[in-house]
Amino acid sequence: MVQFFTENPLGIVLLILGQCLLILVPLLVALAFLLYADRKVWAAVQLRRGPNVVGTFGLLQSFADFLKYIVKEVVVPAGADRTVFFLAPLISFVLAVIAWAVIPFDYGWVLADINVAILYVFAISSLEVYGVIMGGWASNSKYPFLGSLRSAAQMISYEVSIGLIIVGVIISTGSLNLSRIVLAQDTGLGLLGWYWVPHFPMLFLFFISALAETNRPPFDLPEAESELVAGYQVEYSSTPFLLFMIGEYVAMVLMCALVSLLFLGGWLSPIPGLPHGVLWFILKILFCFFIFAMVKAIVPRFRYDQLMRLGWKVFLPMSLAWVVIVAFLAKFEVLGGLWARWTWGI
Amino acid sequence: MTVAAVVFYLFAIAVLLGGLMTVLARNPVHSVLWLILAFISSAGLFILMGAEFLAMLLMIVYVGAVAVLFLFVVMMLDIDFAALKAEMARYLPLALLIGVIILMQLALAFGVWSTAEGFEEQLAAPADPAIENTTALGLLLYDRYFLLFQLAGLILLVAMIGAIVLTLRHRADVKRQDPIAQMMRDPKAAMELRDVKSGQGL
Repeated sequence: MVQFFTENPLGIVLLILGQCLLILVPLLVALAFLLYADRKVWAAVQLRRGPNVVGTFGLLQSFADFLKYIVKEVVVPAGADRTVFFLAPLISFVLAVIAWAVIPFDYGWVLADINVAILYVFAISSLEVYGVIMGGWASNSKYPFLGSLRSAAQMISYEVSIGLIIVGVIISTGSLNLSRIVLAQDTGLGLLGWYWVPHFPMLFLFFISALAETNRPPFDLPEAESELVAGYQVEYSSTPFLLFMIGEYVAMVLMCALVSLLFLGGWLSPIPGLPHGVLWFILKILFCFFIFAMVKAIVPRFRYDQLMRLGWKVFLPMSLAWVVIVAFLAKFEVLGGLWARWTWGI
Repeated sequence: MTVAAVVFYLFAIAVLLGGLMTVLARNPVHSVLWLILAFISSAGLFILMGAEFLAMLLMIVYVGAVAVLFLFVVMMLDIDFAALKAEMARYLPLALLIGVIILMQLALAFGVWSTAEGFEEQLAAPADPAIENTTALGLLLYDRYFLLFQLAGLILLVAMIGAIVLTLRHRADVKRQDPIAQMMRDPKAAMELRDVKSGQGL
């Protein structure tokens, strides 16, 4: 039986398929409740009650919304490019989901333990802009098009600083493997050993860039309601819209997972002595998600020129300078090699 | 047929299809999208060859940045398709001639290619399988060919500065923002808060 799954080609494919489902199903179910949590946090900040009708405390609200999205009519604009129009939401959903293939949930709990994992995640997240551009163009309508142009510029701008911040972490670890990055943070000091201490300023830069990269408030310019109605999503309805929305939220949770892995020690326990495990990783993701939701509720939206200025004139020079500084700190093993953890956790 | 073979044929067909449709597609935006398919599939082929670092670079640089800019430009162009097709008919003989010439040159080059005895040993040594290809590339670029690599970077930098110098124009008639001045403004000097009694106004 074991041999079938490790040697037979069909068995291997089935095994990988099963592992994919093992990640995908809990992720999508968790997403339903994260959507609910997002709305509840938002409501609580604004002294409202939020969704509270469907199910106990409104817990089933997301499932009701899901049903509603599915049974609605799909409206396609008259001049739309039908193929690209339906391809766009599929792309943004699929890309958001496949990045999870390389995320390690616990020691060895990873679907594809490839040695360029962090580059893979970065590549996939840089592709996510296609869903937006294609959706905006294929709608053959002015607001979606303007929204998609904005978003293309925005996502590319913030990718640059995300990439440079990741380079700093890679220099410290000496590996592109996400598991190795987490293991390099295992110092026995608990949460003080994680990368957020030596890479302190970059934690915030990464978080803010992640907000811009996932089009979350205060950087939700591609879908700024007051100017563009809903940006590239204007002409979408029913299931295609649902796919866009799920894609956006999955990408957001992925960014939370990345923050946890790169700076908050992944599955490592914050208190020395407590066992490491997947539970810590989930808690960290939830914590990051809570901050995402709070930012959405608290911070007013940026103007577009402010967004571009912040990306190119503030974040890019800062992260570039940090790469150079970290390279020096690592090379000369300052503070007992705090930035040079190349041999740790192998 | 192994799984790897199936995946190889999948990617290979996708590359060929993408390349072909890039040329054949009537809509330029579709052309760029097909080109992206070709890029992604060739990244897949790189992975099958064990060059995962190159594959990821191809995805990040070409698909994630270059092709987005292509798409950006092509989407905003207002192209008259009828005129474009008429142009194509005019240039077709010349294009065919160039294609035939290149094909003949390739046939000449590879058809009568003769090699010395034992040239296989003279080829670049294959990478050590024990070293990750990221490390291997890093050692080559930043150790062995450090000077050449830096020189290439310098040339790119000069080209970039040149492009900026050529296109930068300072226009005096445009009102510009001064973000520092905006941020340093004192709220007290900018606005005044007053208690307004209801029904009276100011």
